[in-house]
Amino acid sequence: MNRKKLQKLTDTLTKNCKHFNTFEVTCLIKLFYNLVGEGIERQGTAIGLDRNAFRNILHVTFGMTDDMIMDRVFRGFDKDNDGCVSVTEWINGLSLFLRGSLEEKMKYCFEVFDLNGDGFISKEEMFHMLKNSLLKQPSEEDPDEGIKDLVEITLKKMDHDHDGKLSFADYEQAVREETLLLEAFGPCLPDPKSQMEFEAQVFKDPNDFNDM
Amino acid sequence: MGEALTKSAQWTAASSGTGTLEITPLNEAILKEIIMFVESFIYKHPKEAKYVFVEPLEWNTSLDLSAFGSGYVVSETTAKSEEVDKNGQPLLFLSVPQIKIRSFWQLSHFLFMAKDVKLTEAQACIEANRDPVAKILGSEYNTMKEDATALNILDKITKDDDPEIETKIKIAMLLKQLDLHLLNHSLKHISLEIRLNPVPVKKDIELLQRFSGKGEQTVLESIEYTSDYEFSNGCRAPPWRQIRGEMCYVVVKPHDVETLCITCSAEGVFLNGGKTDDEGDIDYERKGEIYKDLVTFLTEKSAKFSENMSKHAIDFKEQQKETDQLGEAAKEEAGKLQKAISGSDKKTLEKNQINFVKNPMAKRLEPSLNWKVTVDYKDRKSSVKDSQEEKRGAKTESRRSSVPAGRAQLLRKSVERIEEIVSDSSSESEEDEETPDHRQEANADLPSEYWQIQKLVKYLKGGNQTATVIALCSMRDFNLAQETCQLAIRDVGGLEVLINLLDTDEVKCKIGSLKIMKEISHNPQIRRNIVDLGGLPIMVNILDSPHKSLKCLAAETIANVAKFRRARQVVRKHGGITRLVALLDCAQNSAEPAQSSLYEARDVEVARCGALALWSCSKSYANKEAIRKAGGIPLLARLLKTSHENMLIPVVGTLQECASEESYRAAIKAERIIENLVKNLSSENEQLQEHCAMAIYQCAEDEETRDLVRLHGGLKPLASLLNNTDNKERLAAVTGAVWKCSISKENVTKFREYKAIETLVGLLTDQPEEVLVNVVGALGECCQEYKNRVIVRRCGGIQPLVNLLVGINQALLVNVTKAVGACAVDPESMAIIDRLDGVRLLWSLLKNPHPDVKASAAWALCPCIENAKDAGEMVRSFVGGLELVVNLLKSDNKEVLASVCAAITNIAKDKENLAVITDHGVVPLLSKLANTNNDQLRRHLAEAISRCCMWGRNRVAFGENKAVAPLVRYLKSNDTNVHRATAQALYQLSEDADNCIIMHENGAVKLLLAMVGSPDQELQEAAAGCISNIRRLALATEKARYT
Repeated sequence: MNRKKLQKLTDTLTKNCKHFNTFEVTCLIKLFYNLVGEGIERQGTAIGLDRNAFRNILHVTFGMTDDMIMDRVFRGFDKDNDGCVSVTEWINGLSLFLRGSLEEKMKYCFEVFDLNGDGFISKEEMFHMLKNSLLKQPSEEDPDEGIKDLVEITLKKMDHDHDGKLSFADYEQAVREETLLLEAFGPCLPDPKSQMEFEAQVFKDPNDFNDM
Repeated sequence: MGEALTKSAQWTAASSGTGTLEITPLNEAILKEIIMFVESFIYKHPKEAKYVFVEPLEWNTSLDLSAFGSGYVVSETTAKSEEVDKNGQPLLFLSVPQIKIRSFWQLSHFLFMAKDVKLTEAQACIEANRDPVAKILGSEYNTMKEDATALNILDKITKDDDPEIETKIKIAMLLKQLDLHLLNHSLKHISLEIRLNPVPVKKDIELLQRFSGKGEQTVLESIEYTSDYEFSNGCRAPPWRQIRGEMCYVVVKPHDVETLCITCSAEGVFLNGGKTDDEGDIDYERKGEIYKDLVTFLTEKSAKFSENMSKHAIDFKEQQKETDQLGEAAKEEAGKLQKAISGSDKKTLEKNQINFVKNPMAKRLEPSLNWKVTVDYKDRKSSVKDSQEEKRGAKTESRRSSVPAGRAQLLRKSVERIEEIVSDSSSESEEDEETPDHRQEANADLPSEYWQIQKLVKYLKGGNQTATVIALCSMRDFNLAQETCQLAIRDVGGLEVLINLLDTDEVKCKIGSLKIMKEISHNPQIRRNIVDLGGLPIMVNILDSPHKSLKCLAAETIANVAKFRRARQVVRKHGGITRLVALLDCAQNSAEPAQSSLYEARDVEVARCGALALWSCSKSYANKEAIRKAGGIPLLARLLKTSHENMLIPVVGTLQECASEESYRAAIKAERIIENLVKNLSSENEQLQEHCAMAIYQCAEDEETRDLVRLHGGLKPLASLLNNTDNKERLAAVTGAVWKCSISKENVTKFREYKAIETLVGLLTDQPEEVLVNVVGALGECCQEYKNRVIVRRCGGIQPLVNLLVGINQALLVNVTKAVGACAVDPESMAIIDRLDGVRLLWSLLKNPHPDVKASAAWALCPCIENAKDAGEMVRSFVGGLELVVNLLKSDNKEVLASVCAAITNIAKDKENLAVITDHGVVPLLSKLANTNNDQLRRHLAEAISRCCMWGRNRVAFGENKAVAPLVRYLKSNDTNVHRATAQALYQLSEDADNCIIMHENGAVKLLLAMVGSPDQELQEAAAGCISNIRRLALATEKARYT
């Protein structure tokens, strides 16, 4: 990619992105192309990070482990649903990931948790997301009993209109009362520590990207 | 623990050596106490915890190798600690299944790892090590061998000054205390149990036999003894079983269950192993629970029995009545047992005492250059105090024969004293130190919250961070201010988990955990539990975290937990004070980061929480020092300039707390803090006003500070706050500040301008004592001036003041007497006081047990006698009053003596009274006081002597009582008041020839000659008169010689 094109890309992205300045956008674009690497050569197909590459980044850089959540995060980034994260999606996604306001993050998290995209987080979806969250106790007859109970506890805490599922309004109200519930069903945002490390590394020295 | 283990613990039948502890409630309680002791050992005595045992404690453990985490080297069949002794041997070595442990630290950790099987592990350990003390400390400390050992050890201490011996002694004493504690504990259990004896058991069986037989209506089919032979003591068990308290064995055939073979023993009734195949032999081992008597046992075992029994109940009860009297006898026996045990307690106590008396001495013998002079001095002081305490202790012991708990506490206190006095000797009030722990009854009706919380804690334990966060958030929905919930969290083991979460990397979990702990730590018991579980050091570490909201929460939780001394000490020892002070600095970096992360708090908030925690911590003396050393004062001063009320309150609170220290008062003056305190007096917030006034109260002891308060215009707001009487705490603080400020004359003038004196008089009625003390104190200062006395009289302040003379609050009485005395200077006011019988009230206060009150009352009497009409008559009218005053000269308090001398001076102005006090022996008593160096006492004593010379042969008597020579020495003092009074006394005494000779011999002439040149006219006159008397005598002798 030539310099001029890069410059133009940087300008457009900076204009559209409210949380990063030009320098940061430049750094992130460079990082993106570094990560995509050989992908550039395969002209014709969309340039970007495919699901596996992206999940790898989430895992290594941001310490995420839950497969399902990582998939959902990928979908959150991949706005046009073409199976890979383009440079625009990359910048916009990271903007929210690193600098997003509470409102933006709530919206994003809710989308991540709303597995079937019907605008509600249902009991089944919760169960699905929480099923690995408890240590299985051999003594218990029904291994899912704890999870079910946990779902009930969550509903009691968050379902303000008592319709047995979480609407965005329910979710928003609960999070505003208790910020800790933002990632109620699994970590889908970078934890502060890895975020700091990431930012320190990426925005520090433009020449150091090869380490990534 | 030796004694408790041998005497109280219930060992099973098998011969000693390999015996096992039975599972009885008593044993369980003992084990639990031991576990608690060991677990808390590393926190309470970290130094001693490192001590390496003489012999390891060995036993077979059931603990899995996998339980050993970091700090241990684990191989396939062995595990050993990384911690080793000086020979390189590990302090914990596990070779499945045998384990060897050689320090308390390891032992404590091991128990921690053992978690649920703690009890069984402790039991196994105790069973395998029948005398743990000997193993820990070496055989010379073997407590099982009784007495004499203490002396052996004593010898050792005086000879050696090995630090290890010292540690050993400390541990030995700690173990002794545990022993004592266990004995007491088991005593409680034993006294709860009803001991059976053969007679009621026999009656019971006879009764039951009467109601037994074939048929549906009987209670049992049959009940029979196994042996027909009855010993003379009423027992049927063979003698070798009788030793174990067993009395007889019965075979019972109930209607509905199998035949039961039962043992009746002193402890109760239980099922035994039944008859063995060999004819007549019984398997004596206990097979079931112990019941208190046969009827209870059978009711439990047989439904038919209990059914039929209820039918016969009335019959049976009546029959049983007579046996009740026998029960009384049984109780008496228990009483005897109790006495025996408390007797042994006393013995151990005495032993401990001997141990301890030697202890500080041994310490002082140590040649240690590291000890600073000041510390050494303190140490010595403490040992003096100790010996006094010892004396006091001995006295109480002779009076009360068995008060083990109190004495043990006393001992423990004195053991800790040495480190305490160096580190933490504040005068703080402990609002909740060591209150008894109320565990919720296991079987009591538990509220539904209990079970819900238990479930949540289960998820906390077994969940990943997502589940943990959900559980934490849900737990916050409970009413955490409610004690049931607070204790429920603790009782289901939630505290441990919450504290463990703080040690993880998960920010969200830490935040959630701290949010809960912040709430529940309002409960005093929870605070102590948090400290016991080692929560504070972790929280202190969190103060270093980059996350501000975490810092805030940790600081707020520390603020709650550090409400008692041990906690404050822990905070300090882990560097918490420095970190908290660092938090105060946060608010200064005004450049807040542009984007704040989700869980972030504001800088100001961080500083506020830091101040809050410091406020709690500042109640310990050592912490005040630490705050000052960490540079806290300038930071607090800077924060004081903000206008946020919720920031100002903790900041001013901390300052107010610290202002009790001289160094702080100086710093507060230097940092120009007074200005801001004065400014905040005009704040809207009552609490803030209160703390500001309180801080001024503390600081205004210093004259310069009082001036500063005036210069910054603080007197006006203070005066106007006096009109606000609704908030009593604030009123107390404000009146306190007014009191201290009014010590300066200029301030009093201002207060008069602001009409504060009138207001103060108005506050003399219907106020709590804290307020009254200050109001009266302020009036006492104001009344030093004539104008103010007039105001007080005009406002009718004298009546309420005199009324307050009948109170009992010591501080109040001191101030009231002073105020009344100040008023009495005015003859018009004096008339009112006299009319209200105030003098009689003052006089009766001379009988008050507290010396300050006595002295203050005596001072107040002086102007009263001086200004009262018919003073002589008035004084005489108090029956026994003069004798009382004279007898006060036997006091050993200098202030009391001086004041009483002053009072006597005034009393003696009346000839008749002088005669009376002479009869009561005032002369020898005054003479006895003559050898003093206290200038105040000297002055008033000399005045009193000079007055008392005016009667009969008192002059001669003073000479005979050797009062003259010391008086001459008073002339060498630096105080002119003393000179004047002494010269007058000497002048009076010199009327007697013998006295003149003594004065001359003691070189009075030369001293007096110098005084003649004094600018003080009275002094001049008296000195000259005295010299002239001496000279005249000399002339007369010469004349006599030559004629």
